[in-house]
Amino acid sequence: MSVPILKQGDYLIASIQSALTDSEVLKLRDDLADRVGNFRSRGIVIDVTAVDVIDSFVARSLQTIASTAKLRGAETVLVGIQPDVAVAMVQFELSLDPLLTALDLEEGIAALRRSTGGVDEDGR
Amino acid sequence: MADERRVPIVSDDDMVTARAEGRALAAHLGFSRTDATLVATAISEIARNIVVHAHDGEIVLTPVYGDSRYGLVVVARDRGPGIPDVEAAMQDGYGSSNGLGLGLPGARRLMDELHVESEVGRGTTVTMKKWRDRDELERLRERRSDSR
Ligand SMILES: Nc1ncnc2c1ncn2[C@@H]1O[C@H](COP(=O)(O)OP(=O)(O)OP(=O)(O)O)[C@@H](O)[C@H]1O
Ligand SMILES: [Mg+2]
Repeated sequence: MSVPILKQGDYLIASIQSALTDSEVLKLRDDLADRVGNFRSRGIVIDVTAVDVIDSFVARSLQTIASTAKLRGAETVLVGIQPDVAVAMVQFELSLDPLLTALDLEEGIAALRRSTGGVDEDGR
Repeated sequence: MADERRVPIVSDDDMVTARAEGRALAAHLGFSRTDATLVATAISEIARNIVVHAHDGEIVLTPVYGDSRYGLVVVARDRGPGIPDVEAAMQDGYGSSNGLGLGLPGARRLMDELHVESEVGRGTTVTMKKWRDRDELERLRERRSDSR
């Protein structure tokens, strides 16, 4: 299943809906890289609330998304990491640098606003 | 009682199936949601190693019903190229091809036990275990329902 990417003002929001295969993760990476350029986005929010496993491959792909976006002037924030997934990542010793993280979508957008100094569609 | 489950591993879809089966067995054995996630994450790494390094293989999930503890055993088998230096492969950062070499050492940290048997040219078998201690109350309840 492919991940829907919504445009909201200066930001892109990708909400992962279910467990992803490796090829779906790579497709998300490529789709986001394309859209950041097409829409001149300043930030990306990736919602992983529905993701039940973040292993080394997923972590690396998310890092690549963030590093690629950064080269094009956009910040990436990961929201919705489930508590059990967070424990697994710590025990695994996986890192997500240079991704920003936030609790939920609202906090994620707030974090992007702070780090990009951008305004969203409501002009806030 | 659940018996062993066999998941053939050929493509990345199968990795998702193996993860889900591991999670289901963990839940059946009374593991916490967090422990089930640790197991699913380790299965994901080991299944990917089969697809990436050995092309295909299988994962077998087996429950262990002890009196004082329950266990979940994951055996991942393939007839791929094998690992020349298993001890080195267990270290962080010993990755070949595209990997960073995080999979095996990460899976070891997620599980209670991880053992690799490998022969060059013949294949690799990774055996991983996770245990859950059963307390006195749980055993008492079981004895009561048995005697009924
Ligand atoms: N099933 C296997 N068959 C053959 N070689 C394997 C197998 N599993 C692991 N290896 C070897 O052991 C090395 C270490 O495995 P590990 O999973 O730690 O790292 P990786 O797969 O290279 O990278 P990563 O998992 O971080 O993407 C691999 O690079 C590979 O050479
Ligand atoms: Mg690996």
